[in-house]
Amino acid sequence: MTLFIEQLINGLQLGTMLFLMASGLTLVFGVMGLINLAHGSFYMVGAYATALVTAATGSFFVGLAAGIAVAAAVGALVELIVIRRLYHRPHLDQVLATFALILIFSEGTRWLFGSSPLWLNPPAMLAGSVTLPGGLRYPIYRLVIIAVGVAVAVGMYFLITRTRLGMRIRAGESDREMIGALGVNIARLYTLVFAMGAALAGLAGAMVGALQSVQVGMGEPVLILAFVVIVIGGIGSIKGALYGAILVGVVDTLGRVFLPAFFRQFMSPSEAAGVGSAIAAMLIYIMMAAILAFKPKGLFAANE
Amino acid sequence: MKKLASLGLGLLMTAGMTAAQADEVRIGMITTLSGGGSHLGVDVRDGFMLAMERSGRDDVRVLIQDDANRPDLARSLSNEFMQRDNVDILTGIIFSNLAMAVVPAAVRQGVFYISPNAGPSDLAGRMCHENYFNAAYQNDNLHGAMGAYMREQGFERPIILAPNYPAGTDALAGFKHLYEGEVVDEIYTQMGQTDYAAEIAQIRASNADSLFFFLPGGMGISFMKQWENSGVELPVFGAAFSFDETIIKAVGSAAIGAMNTSLWAYDLDNEANHAFVEAFRDTYDRMPTLYAAQGYDTANLILSALDKAHPSDQDAFREALREADFASVRGEFRFGPNHHPIQDIYVREVVEGEDGQPTNRLIGIAVEDIQDVYHTQCQM
Repeated sequence: MTLFIEQLINGLQLGTMLFLMASGLTLVFGVMGLINLAHGSFYMVGAYATALVTAATGSFFVGLAAGIAVAAAVGALVELIVIRRLYHRPHLDQVLATFALILIFSEGTRWLFGSSPLWLNPPAMLAGSVTLPGGLRYPIYRLVIIAVGVAVAVGMYFLITRTRLGMRIRAGESDREMIGALGVNIARLYTLVFAMGAALAGLAGAMVGALQSVQVGMGEPVLILAFVVIVIGGIGSIKGALYGAILVGVVDTLGRVFLPAFFRQFMSPSEAAGVGSAIAAMLIYIMMAAILAFKPKGLFAANE
Repeated sequence: MKKLASLGLGLLMTAGMTAAQADEVRIGMITTLSGGGSHLGVDVRDGFMLAMERSGRDDVRVLIQDDANRPDLARSLSNEFMQRDNVDILTGIIFSNLAMAVVPAAVRQGVFYISPNAGPSDLAGRMCHENYFNAAYQNDNLHGAMGAYMREQGFERPIILAPNYPAGTDALAGFKHLYEGEVVDEIYTQMGQTDYAAEIAQIRASNADSLFFFLPGGMGISFMKQWENSGVELPVFGAAFSFDETIIKAVGSAAIGAMNTSLWAYDLDNEANHAFVEAFRDTYDRMPTLYAAQGYDTANLILSALDKAHPSDQDAFREALREADFASVRGEFRFGPNHHPIQDIYVREVVEGEDGQPTNRLIGIAVEDIQDVYHTQCQM
């Protein structure tokens, strides 16, 4: 039972991290109609900036702030230099151009910092584990990640429903031409939204980088999961991204542990481990296919 | 006309071959210098070139190409080396799946292949070849040796973990082969996985008394960092692939205390090794890894054979390679009948070094004169 609860928390933690990635991705698609494959690069940029500044200053929190700021700045720059030219181009051009950005970011990072992973650990005050009610020991840092994810989700909700910027974002989602005609500076709105998405990706990269390893290409596996999340949740919907992320996080985590255990009922342990982990790897894609069969636009499709 | 052209082309090619065969020996190195796992290729290359430089020979030319960890690219590079550059010897490949794409075809075409790292079971067994030598290890060696060591140390309930791909399943099979007991559970992770919360929870819930894992490269870094903060306190064991000097520096204090098996250690006490470690540090300003040691040994093996014969005299050169008449940095070294090493496998512990950074310290020998089980399937 504690194993099940621990895995649920693990799933929730993966889900909140995916939400940070997916919300930026879905916002950019919803507001600007842009498919951005380079979103994973901002994740990497955030992690690298955090690792470097943490190493230089000795403080993880200064590093984290720098990571978010650098990711946002790089996002804004990329929007001004490249993305801006892609809004009126077909999706295929956008995919090609942003794929090129992935290659440029990856090779550029390798060129600057080498291909060995950088060292980044959670701060000492967040290291170790605590005993939760029920006797379960759980790493503090992962609980902090969940808290940060929830805080960002609540913050996004207020930003979008209660502020002027949020109103413009919602307006941009439902009718891009009209909001321009009403005198809103569309170009600035787009840069702002894009930089915001990049900052969230940078935050996710920095938080997760301390837990995993900071290295070239770390963003791409997460990007794939983030795309699954926004397809399941409904492209362009923040609410969909939240539910999709938690669904993917929990299903993926539980599948990885309990499918091999399930197959062990009628197979030898090593066969069960092989078959179980192979099916667990496909599980979220099977779930995505099933959801799309019933709801072709995802769970919470944005208004088209 | 067409006939004439192809005849001319044929003449040109033969002319090219005789020119290359005249004197100079050409070695083509295909290794992983970019993408995931590139620090392995960089170290093999640097160790190899260090030995070449120290030999002072100017009649050996080494051509180096990056395979970017892609089998298709490795395959086409090998064709380029054989057909355009007329190399006598190929070497360099890091990953087993790339070796399988290149080696069988290359040795059939009369080129020697000397492996500085990858040692897939097929090439040691049923697909062995007289022109294929492995100067590093057969893939099972290090995992099997750790199985034997853990049994000897009295661990009775290990839980074992590896990625779900050929070298991962081989690793666990190799471990179980020499551990010779029941394992509590075996866990397969996805290739390239970065979050191990689910697996760590599973290990916590099992009643294992020890953990053995094989997670090369970045996967091992992520795992060890998450392991440290999880509060699970089991002794950790693995093969050196998860604990090379580059990896433990990135893991930091979380790696301290882990035991790992290796065919080489920088504090191994023999003359060749002292010279190698010192020269490597002077030249490249970093600590050598086992990959660098393998590259260095591979080059010295080739050089020892070149002292006796030119590769164009295939039989004499092959015989010279078989003798393995060089001072290996790992101490004693000899080839089995399938051209794979029979060697001691050592145990190292990760400890805090003088500079506060984690480093490996030699503990002792895990298994003496280990030999792979596949040599009985090899018909040369």
